[in-house]
Amino acid sequence: MTSVLYDAPGPRAKRRNIILSVVFFVLLALLVWWIYKTMDDKGQLEWALWEPFTESEAWTTYLLPGLANTLKAAALSMVIALPLGAIFGIARLSDHRWVRIPAGAVVEFFRAIPVLLLMLFANQFYSSYTDVSTEDRPLYAVVTGLVLYNASVLAEIVKAGILSLPKGQTEAAQAIGLRKGQTMTSVLLPQAVTAMLPAIVSQLVVIVKDTALGGVMIGFTELLNSRGTLAAFYATVIPSFIVVAAIYIVLNFILTSFAGWLEQRLRRSKRSTGAVLGAEKVEDLNAAEIGGSYGTGQSA
Amino acid sequence: MFDFLEGYDVLGAFWTTVQLTVLSAIGSLIWGTVLAAMRVSPVPLMRGFGTAYVNIVRNIPLTVIIVFASLGLADIFRVTLGAADDFEALSFRLSILGFVAYTAAFVCEAIRSGINTVPVGQAEAARAIGLSFSQILWFIVLPQAFRSVIGPLANVLIALTKNTTVAASIGVAEAALLMKEMIENEAQVVLIGVVFAFGFVVLTLPTGLFFGWLSKRLAVKR
Repeated sequence: MTSVLYDAPGPRAKRRNIILSVVFFVLLALLVWWIYKTMDDKGQLEWALWEPFTESEAWTTYLLPGLANTLKAAALSMVIALPLGAIFGIARLSDHRWVRIPAGAVVEFFRAIPVLLLMLFANQFYSSYTDVSTEDRPLYAVVTGLVLYNASVLAEIVKAGILSLPKGQTEAAQAIGLRKGQTMTSVLLPQAVTAMLPAIVSQLVVIVKDTALGGVMIGFTELLNSRGTLAAFYATVIPSFIVVAAIYIVLNFILTSFAGWLEQRLRRSKRSTGAVLGAEKVEDLNAAEIGGSYGTGQSA
Repeated sequence: MFDFLEGYDVLGAFWTTVQLTVLSAIGSLIWGTVLAAMRVSPVPLMRGFGTAYVNIVRNIPLTVIIVFASLGLADIFRVTLGAADDFEALSFRLSILGFVAYTAAFVCEAIRSGINTVPVGQAEAARAIGLSFSQILWFIVLPQAFRSVIGPLANVLIALTKNTTVAASIGVAEAALLMKEMIENEAQVVLIGVVFAFGFVVLTLPTGLFFGWLSKRLAVKR
């Protein structure tokens, strides 16, 4: 067990580790005790506040419909944003300057703006200039905001995915006489999408989390919004937060684990070129990378 | 053309956004470094706590955390941060607490990945010439680690700048809340959108460019 920071512990280090463990355990126990004590004093631990979650009514009336809306908005956003992102990602790699530069500007612009502003704007825009019905408007606004932002993030993922492919793929395609469009659609894009899959799945986590913005700010009845209605009906604040947070954690943890599993699998697979755009790569694709310094070749 | 701006304190709202960003950035850098130290420490209990914290907090929407800070922490746990009577100051401070709790998880991961980029051989060589643990940490590992995480940390900072808009959900008078108010009252939906979008481009683009330049300049060539 050697790491860059510490060696296998000797007798002194072992003693020190034990002391540290005990001190840390005491601190942690104090924190837990404080939380327990406060909740007990405020009556938040009473069974009556937790009971609703053991009955089906709280779930069928509030939580499940909210969760369904969360998933609906997230899925819609992903399905619309993916092709848009692919188009803009390819456009950013175009040989023509008049395609490359506007596409780059659009992508950078929408990535620099908070999703919440996009949602607020879309909501008001639909209400002023279109005849989308009032009950559909929050969903439309949430999806619009999420699509604009995530399409531009996905465009960067697609761009990085294509650039991560070995150069020989393009050269081989050219050697057998494929045109530029054919090279892109039949050789590069299919491989890039495979390489990008883990990054795309982990982008879903970001989308799921961002749907909660619509719940608070524009009245979209997703999970967090339903929590408010539920808490008002059953007068249960802390338990409702804990249950809702747990749902988000489980949902997103499944997505994260799936992305990790997919990445492992793609790295092992014999048919891939070895270029896999890992889940953690997504965070690196940001404004700090303007000018795109992505190397070609294998990104291990 | 821009006379709809009269009567609204747009600059003041953006100033609140900047304050939120800077204070939360400082707080999350400190808490994130502590978390990263826990995650790489030789004590299993601390490592477990660090891992659990990061995995739990990263998967909760920031909006849930901020709303909880207002409804749960303030009302039930009486965490008032010395501003029990002043509702505005209370929301401001609670939202910073929420941003720090959330952003620290990402800072922690960035710093941890930075420590991982330092080859083990460096520490082995340092031990071989008789440097102590703290000397290895201060002179060998951290200088290389911090230089390699400037880029990722800049991304966290930019994300934080955009995330501060979530504070609007508990009534902090920053840019997003003002924009919501303005587009509801004025007819100029598109122009107002452009003004606020421009504000955020001004805040985030230079940050990205500066740190991108800095991280390339300071990168450890291996």
